[in-house]
Amino acid sequence: MPEPIRMRVKLDGDVADVRVLIGHPMETGLRKDPRTDELVPIHFIKTVTAKLNGTPVMEAQWSRAVSRNPYLQFRIKGAKPGDEVSISWIDNRGETNSTAARIPPG
Amino acid sequence: MHRLLRCALRFLAFALPVWVGLQATTAAGAETAPERDRQRLIRSFAERFPGVALEDYVYGAMIANRDAKAQYEQIMEFPPFIGDVEQGRKIWEAPFRNGRTFAECFPDGGRNIAGNYPYFDPARGKVITFEMALNDCRRANGEEELAYGQRYPMGVLTAYARTLSDGMRMSVRVDSPAAQEKYEAGKALFFRRIGQLNAACAGCHLVNAGNIMRMEIISPALGHATHWPIFRGGEELMTFQGRFKRCMEQMRAVPYGYASEEWNNLEYFLSYISNGIPLHSSVFRK
Amino acid sequence: MNRLRRRLLRAGLAAGTLAASLAAGLLRPLQALAGEWPKAAFDATDVGDAMKDAGIVDPAATEDILIKAPEIAENGAQVPIEILSNLPDTRVIYIFVDKNLQPMAGSFALMNGAEPFVSTRIKMGETSSLRVVVQAGGKYFMATREIKVTIGGCGT
Repeated sequence: MPEPIRMRVKLDGDVADVRVLIGHPMETGLRKDPRTDELVPIHFIKTVTAKLNGTPVMEAQWSRAVSRNPYLQFRIKGAKPGDEVSISWIDNRGETNSTAARIPPG
Repeated sequence: MHRLLRCALRFLAFALPVWVGLQATTAAGAETAPERDRQRLIRSFAERFPGVALEDYVYGAMIANRDAKAQYEQIMEFPPFIGDVEQGRKIWEAPFRNGRTFAECFPDGGRNIAGNYPYFDPARGKVITFEMALNDCRRANGEEELAYGQRYPMGVLTAYARTLSDGMRMSVRVDSPAAQEKYEAGKALFFRRIGQLNAACAGCHLVNAGNIMRMEIISPALGHATHWPIFRGGEELMTFQGRFKRCMEQMRAVPYGYASEEWNNLEYFLSYISNGIPLHSSVFRK
Repeated sequence: MNRLRRRLLRAGLAAGTLAASLAAGLLRPLQALAGEWPKAAFDATDVGDAMKDAGIVDPAATEDILIKAPEIAENGAQVPIEILSNLPDTRVIYIFVDKNLQPMAGSFALMNGAEPFVSTRIKMGETSSLRVVVQAGGKYFMATREIKVTIGGCGT
């Protein structure tokens, strides 16, 4: 059960400012679990895709060097209220999650 | 070098009298006035950090570091630990076996109450902290107490529950001789040299606030109690007494325990002197 | 027949894979093809190799990439950065941390109205240059910013 993706979208004129906080451990594989003293296996998001009304606007490719519970902010020109912004990700284990929200009035 | 020396001397000129003054009232056994202490400390820190408003002391060492404050603001705008606070919300809202909830133990559903803690309970003859009050609630509803000093469940529970009081000014009361005795005990610990490093809290957080030790800017004691729990590096949940533990260990002292009289009294003292400062819980720290 | 298609056919793309073509640098990272995760670039332990593996060629220093980043990171696990590119036709923003074990931290391909701006938080193992490369108008441009990472005494 993946952790949630939290998304906040604000419209400024026709530019949608999108801020996302993705729940994900983004484990580097170099960290030891303090309880077991074993290395926590590498587990990180590889690709994040953002779409506006189903059309890709941003495709990010990540390494484990992106922070835990990663933050992402980007802007889309030509957006209007009612448009749908969606975010999806896939990690190195093939796990995925996605979310979508309609842009509120500016 | 000359300028540094002048700066240090100027600060000492204000801090030392405060230290001596605060110590003296205790030693002499004279009628103490926590309020007089608080005003003295505010004046002292105002000299040390000119132009910093009282409410800004919630930012701790960041009042002396614009670069750090900017990062704090960027991270706090959408914090990585938001999920932990959410976990706490679920615990706060989950009914006990008898169907009641935490919110029913407190006025206004638990909103704007954290600033009243710790408080002195004359019936039990001791200081009660916010976490202890949460456990009082659990016991009153037939549930077992939650362990202090653990991230889950008590840590995340307080991480959420305290945010219900964000913006509330610290409003701790010391209004009886018995309460004042606890306040004075907390103050005494604050000034006591401890551990192999023979260091007192006051030695850093009063006299050297704003100075750098081990590459860290030392935070002022004023405001210390206002911003817990913290998430170190955005990840590690730490409570106020958790910080006492870490700090005592760093002074190579044997720490007192969570919810010990020593730490509760220290928290009482530190909270009182921060009266008037708006609280902000569950925040980022380095 | 255009030159790129001829080169691809000569390289055996008829039966070849997308990944092989990308790795061989035959294809520019076009919008629709950003799905392939560039393993070689991410695995490279030298920033020069990482940039090469990412297909970056001759990046020119520019003042048109604006980086907002801390002077001294409060915590190397959560370093907030903001990048704004004033270069026309910005297509991709690449982020490298020179001194990280594997310098390539990520890339952001922008299309269909996305503005040339991105903000995120990265991990840095030690004081290092943050290196931002932008692909714009078919060329590559670069800007760097040093970010200090410390491990304090009482902070740990």
